[in-house]
Amino acid sequence: MTVRVFVPRDSAACSVGADEVAERIAAAGGAEVVRTGSRGMLWLEPLVEVETAAGRVGYGPVAPEDVDGLIAAGMLSGGGDSLGLVEELPWMKRQQRLTFQRVGVVDPLSTADYVAHGGTRGLLATLAMTPADVVETVVDSGLRGRGGAGFPTGIKWRTVLGADADLKFVCCNADEGDSGTYADRMLIEGDPFTLIEGMTIAAYAVGAAEGYVYLRSEYPDAVATLKDAIERARDEGWLGPDILGSGFGFDLHVRVGAGAYICGEETSMLESLEGKRGMVRAKPPIPALEGLFGRPTVVNNVLSLATVPTILAHGAAEYAAYGTGRSLGTSVFQLGGNVARGGIVETAFGITLGELVNDFGGGTSSGRPIRAVQVGGPLGAYLPVEQFDLPMDYEAFAAAGAMVGHGGIVVFDETVDMAAMARFAFEFCAAESCGKCTPCRVGAVRGVETIDRIVSGTDRTKNLVVLEDLCELMTDGSLCAMGGLTPMPVRSAVRHFGEDFHV
Amino acid sequence: MTSEVVAAAPVPVPGRARRVREIAEELRGLRGALIPILHAVQEEFGYVDQPDVAVIADVLNLAVAEVHGVVTFYKDFRRKAAGRTTVAICQAEACRSVGAVELAEHAKRTVGCGFGETTYDGRLTLEEIYCFGNCALGPAVQVAGKLHGRVTATRLNALLGEAR
Repeated sequence: MTVRVFVPRDSAACSVGADEVAERIAAAGGAEVVRTGSRGMLWLEPLVEVETAAGRVGYGPVAPEDVDGLIAAGMLSGGGDSLGLVEELPWMKRQQRLTFQRVGVVDPLSTADYVAHGGTRGLLATLAMTPADVVETVVDSGLRGRGGAGFPTGIKWRTVLGADADLKFVCCNADEGDSGTYADRMLIEGDPFTLIEGMTIAAYAVGAAEGYVYLRSEYPDAVATLKDAIERARDEGWLGPDILGSGFGFDLHVRVGAGAYICGEETSMLESLEGKRGMVRAKPPIPALEGLFGRPTVVNNVLSLATVPTILAHGAAEYAAYGTGRSLGTSVFQLGGNVARGGIVETAFGITLGELVNDFGGGTSSGRPIRAVQVGGPLGAYLPVEQFDLPMDYEAFAAAGAMVGHGGIVVFDETVDMAAMARFAFEFCAAESCGKCTPCRVGAVRGVETIDRIVSGTDRTKNLVVLEDLCELMTDGSLCAMGGLTPMPVRSAVRHFGEDFHV
Repeated sequence: MTSEVVAAAPVPVPGRARRVREIAEELRGLRGALIPILHAVQEEFGYVDQPDVAVIADVLNLAVAEVHGVVTFYKDFRRKAAGRTTVAICQAEACRSVGAVELAEHAKRTVGCGFGETTYDGRLTLEEIYCFGNCALGPAVQVAGKLHGRVTATRLNALLGEAR
């Protein structure tokens, strides 16, 4: 029997040589190479796993030139200088992986692997229920939108179910443009059938016939994997006019974005899907009632939809047992930036920022002390080390003037210039604003100028007042979260790192 | 007759207009077909030329201005051909925390052009990108469509050398 060796095909792993490692192992012979997603221990990539009687033994990071030596030392029988069993590594053992349970484990495009690891169970349970019961299950699970806003997913679905229309849509917002967030990409590359299953469940629950995944062009590997997975799902009868013989019909399409950050905002995304400039719409009407092409539309993030199959397969109560307060279930946190052990940590809400950054992340990769972390993307707050006891919880973060957002955490060491980062937040907003509302379009440009004056010492005290006034105006007056949240990184930088502004 | 000078429309490459029309007609049945059509045209020709805009507008029964508005809104759509190899350097926060700004300065000095520009010999186009989703292995650089992580100045020199 040939031994099975697992090498990720995830684009992060490939960016540090996983393809070359897989080629070398295949060329050496004696093993069947299976390409998987990434386990999310990115500092160990390329991480090679070898199947043994005891479980999968890991080796990493493995450079292409290490392969021959590792094989000579007995890697193919689990020997040599290994990391031990991957499932037993402290980083993995401490996690509670529900949404990411199969990522890094299975061949992402194998339907047999998917079913063998629990796939389609949620869909089968769904098809045996009424749509209203499916919606109530999601409501009871406490699942909130993982895209950042944290709106209860089930409540959104209830609105779409209740809307009367000839055609309804399910749209997956996979325009993951925030720096420091990559869980959507890893899920799509590592376990695309979960997303397809989640969207099918959503469609059944609300009565939608068509679905679209709006996926960013910066993720070419995710686009290719998802398109391939959709074809295979159709062949299996998981999509199409008569899903698993139930009589329920739903089909799914991929639309590739074109390099506009603002299209991550749900109404801009809908405009873009309609073939227009991605400019935000005023709400109301909400997309649940008048969304894509004016029809009732479910718009959810990748992780929200990918979590739904687990909820349906195991029940709302089991999912809701995880978490804290009104932040129930697990969240997929992403450690990035200047961090020693960057990667994916899926745990119940309530884990503290410090546990994530220090225990999992192991401090900075530069070895210098941590100065700041930005949580929740480019529009999230910069937090100092003094706030590391904050629990990951939507309400606790909001109370601290910050946001959990998409769960991305970017670490900066003591060399960071926080005035420069605040300036960059405005600069980014000015470049990426859709231009529809004045606070965002003009405010961001004025923000850059004002910070330049503060830093250069021109009327510093007066300009700090102007800056605060500008932030207040953008927060209250912008049409969407782009302009409304840009002040968050700026204000937090001034508040916690005032010395960089010479305050 | 007006004496005002009107710039002549560029002469279409033979067959290009016909091919653009073919692409547009093939995809026009999709919901929201315009962006998929623009992607397809760019994939085949490398950029979206102004004469293409009129052809696409005609097929979709849109005003030329509407199509123009979409083409110019999205950063992906080029209005002229890029260099032989495109090098895109991530400049978002996570990559900045590990030196992406300094890496970009190094790249600009080395190849002799700025972001959004092509070298004088047409070999390289340099671009800034905001996030490839490789935030734990930054700085991230994409060369001719292939993503590279933890790119140092030395590594970048090697990649640029291979690209030339």
